[in-house]
Amino acid sequence: MAAELVDPRALPPPPSGAHPVRIAGRYGLLVVAAVVVAFPIYVAVAVSIQPSDRLLRFPAVLIPGDLRLDTFERAFTQARLGRYLVNSAVVSLVITAGQLVTSILAAYAFAYLRFPAKRVLFVAFIATLMVPSEVTIVANYETVQRLGWLDSYQGLTVPFLATAFGTFLLRQSFLQVPRDLRDAAALDGYGHWGFLAGVAVPLARPMIAALGVFSFLLSWNQYLWPLLITNDDAYRTVQIGLKALASTNIDQLNVIMAGTVIAALPIFALLVLFQRQLIRGLTSGAVKG
Amino acid sequence: MATVALAGVTKRFGDVVAVDDLTLEAGDDDFLVLLGPSGCGKSTALRMVAGLEEPTSGRITIGGRTVNGVEPKARDVAMVFQSYALYPHKTVLDNIAFPLKARGVPKAERNEQAASVAAQLGLGELLTRRPGQLSGGQRQRVALARAIVRRPQVFLMDEPLSNLDAKMRTQTRAELVELHERLATTFIYVTHDQVEAMTMGSRVAILDQGALQQVGPPQEVYDRPANLFVARFIGSPPMNTLPATVEHLNGTAALRVGAGGRVALPEVLGNAAERGHGADVVVGVRPEHLRPVPPSATVANGDGIRATVRVVESLGHERHLLCEVEGAGAVIARVDAEAPVPHAGEPVLLGAEPRHVHIFDGATGGRLGP
Amino acid sequence: MVGPDEGDVAVAVSPRREWPLALLMLAPSIAVFVVFVFYPLGRTVWLGLYEVDPFGNRYWAGLGQYAEVLSSPAFRGSLWTTVVFTLITVPAGLVAGLALAVLAHRRLRGIAVFRTLFASTVATSVAVASLMWLTMLNPSTGVVNQVLKALGQDPINFLGHPSWALPAVALATVWLHLGFTFIVMSAGLQSVPDELLESARIDGAGPWMRFWHVTVPMLSPTILFALVVLTISAFQSFGQIDLLTQGGPLGHTNVVVYSVFRNVSSNPGVASVQALALFVIVLGLTLVQFRYLERRVFYGS
Ligand SMILES: Nc1ncnc2c1ncn2[C@@H]1O[C@H](COP(=O)(O)OP(=O)(O)OP(=O)(O)O)[C@@H](O)[C@H]1O
Ligand SMILES: [Mg+2]
Repeated sequence: MAAELVDPRALPPPPSGAHPVRIAGRYGLLVVAAVVVAFPIYVAVAVSIQPSDRLLRFPAVLIPGDLRLDTFERAFTQARLGRYLVNSAVVSLVITAGQLVTSILAAYAFAYLRFPAKRVLFVAFIATLMVPSEVTIVANYETVQRLGWLDSYQGLTVPFLATAFGTFLLRQSFLQVPRDLRDAAALDGYGHWGFLAGVAVPLARPMIAALGVFSFLLSWNQYLWPLLITNDDAYRTVQIGLKALASTNIDQLNVIMAGTVIAALPIFALLVLFQRQLIRGLTSGAVKG
Repeated sequence: MATVALAGVTKRFGDVVAVDDLTLEAGDDDFLVLLGPSGCGKSTALRMVAGLEEPTSGRITIGGRTVNGVEPKARDVAMVFQSYALYPHKTVLDNIAFPLKARGVPKAERNEQAASVAAQLGLGELLTRRPGQLSGGQRQRVALARAIVRRPQVFLMDEPLSNLDAKMRTQTRAELVELHERLATTFIYVTHDQVEAMTMGSRVAILDQGALQQVGPPQEVYDRPANLFVARFIGSPPMNTLPATVEHLNGTAALRVGAGGRVALPEVLGNAAERGHGADVVVGVRPEHLRPVPPSATVANGDGIRATVRVVESLGHERHLLCEVEGAGAVIARVDAEAPVPHAGEPVLLGAEPRHVHIFDGATGGRLGP
Repeated sequence: MVGPDEGDVAVAVSPRREWPLALLMLAPSIAVFVVFVFYPLGRTVWLGLYEVDPFGNRYWAGLGQYAEVLSSPAFRGSLWTTVVFTLITVPAGLVAGLALAVLAHRRLRGIAVFRTLFASTVATSVAVASLMWLTMLNPSTGVVNQVLKALGQDPINFLGHPSWALPAVALATVWLHLGFTFIVMSAGLQSVPDELLESARIDGAGPWMRFWHVTVPMLSPTILFALVVLTISAFQSFGQIDLLTQGGPLGHTNVVVYSVFRNVSSNPGVASVQALALFVIVLGLTLVQFRYLERRVFYGS
């Protein structure tokens, strides 16, 4: 599996004797593509660190001058960005931890245990993948409302505490653990829990890490559900907070961009730190693992 | 140290009968080898002793205690797997200490015991490595050490040498025999390699299609195979077997072997002789017992069977004559490298000492005669 | 040997019971799925049978509501908008992602920097990406309009213009998914054996021919995977609409999910029917994906 995004060793070298002009041409295209792709990010950062009056000066706005960082301060004071970030962190961590626990357990049952109706349950798990959350929001909104979970962490997290995708991913990893290891552990004196904790989970760690990073990314970036069930500032996640920030500071693009940059930073950090895991999560299913 | 006994044990997987009514015992200090071709149920039998499979019917006892339904960990047996089943994420030391950890042995103590067993097996330098960083032979020793450290009553081994190269295998064979003597514990050892069975086992049990064919000390199994399957399975090259018919002429019994002629074998015919005229049997002679009589020698009719040499193979220290007995089949004779041999295409008369001739029932394959 | 008193009869063994443990391990997932997937799915079908008046009273409307909603111009309009949106974003996204992946598939000095940049949009959430484009496309201060001005053109209110709004939202969407598409295509390219391309080279195939006759066929499972994922996510698009256009102008970007969202609390019956229509479409697309995944698994083993 090509979990390596930026390790050049995974790439073919230029053909021997490739003409320098061809190589230069490729560099040229790469630079153009990079500028186009990164442009919105560059503009966001550039706008976020300049005072409002510079934003209308084109093309000066693209070469940041008169740098100000008070935009970031204002993003925190004009909207409760700090609170939103904490909420997002809490919600994402709870969802990630919850999904890891539920899917490790379920995957273990599917991979190692014999029980009646296993196939039926397996199909039921598959079926959940075919129901996008957009489809069930009407009824789920009603449920959460009845439970009194609007504007609450429970409402933001509980519906996402299980994942069929993660269950399949981990089941696949567990199935790759040789059967002899399970037998050896049984003879060594380990029951299912001991084997799960001592052997299966450690061996599936790369996939568990990938799933964790992937789950965190998805929950951090959630939009529709938190928007629907939160009105109270105290429970808004940062994605929804950005909307609030944008609508209350419509004429202050630099403040909006400052908030946007802040909201994006944790995930950029995640990408840098856990690049390998993230890519494994994103491509599982695409390329044979 | 414990006697392991299987009584009428059968294991079915759906329609497949993997082990068929197996009754077998491995006594204290026995080195019992389960031998048989691939798929004959050796592993299944072993796994039932370990508790990894439950028998469909029958009883298994270890040290007199019926263990049907008993968890593997409560049986006090250790197993070495063909794949070694080492935990890839654990160091050598942790792998060896893992069974002790499961039994709640304190860390310092279990590490000490694991290190001491590792040292006995020459793994002292490798304790901090992981299995992926070991050679096949080293991994095999770690698997062995993990079994030994528990001091189990019974050792089970499922083809533990099959992933080693020929040289390592020979060396490890001797070491396992020594280990068995040192530990003086019941070993049950599964293999499909007859050399391992002959060289290591104190007793060999031969299985075919889930059923026990014969059990006994290796030499006995070699010298007096209980049936055609055992006769053909043990020995390399295998025993020559030719179909023959019983003939009663003038009150004496003899065998007719195709167009190869008649042989009178009063000593070995035994109860085969009681078969009526024309009864089908199978004659077996091991290649090293088959002697080509030079065609020049004059021999009385009935002392051998006529054959034609097809190919002469030289192996350096000996030669194999591949001969054809018309109407009966092909046979191999092993002869000394120095002995004069006929050439390909020449006729030859093949004889054997009566005590080296085996007779089997043509229908059941069971041994006839002494 | 077995003692005579123990008899010789077959001992029937009950296999160790594992179902209680299995139940324990599956229970958390099952509970979540029952409460938040299966029940709401059924509930949605049921809610679709009721009409809710402005005062919150519920009236039985029966299947009539389904027929009414599905045939209404409003729903057809939003479905059509969704389809057009999909037809713009998916092909554009696939081509752009593949182009970037091919371009960056060479061991050159500094290639890691380019690859990181190309993948960077996976780190942007829909809200972050939408606000970036909101800034870029701002009618007065946005960079895009400033460029137009510098070129002597009139500025365009992209997000407020009936014919520009959907393409503008689509552009933001393609950009948002570009990192994902690039990563998937890159991984696919790395799994094409080099020997195959080398042997094609030896056979005299030029770069263009190698691309079409070796790379693309070898990459077809990857492309299909990306196609299905992008299509499904296009049908589920919501955040960019909510932040950039709120379905406007004049409903020109009112995709199905946005329409569901607007009806959730005010008109759950109508929202339910629309959501179920979305479900049927996504289900069809998912089944295609599963068939393909099944084949992959088959090839893989
Ligand atoms: N879990 C199982 N399910 C179904 N059939 C099985 C199972 N385990 C073994 N069998 C079948 O039982 C028979 C005996 O298998 P077993 O593994 O005991 O053979 P073996 O003698 O160990 O062979 P080998 O030398 O190849 O290891 C085979 O036909 C095999 O296909
Ligand atoms: Mg076996």
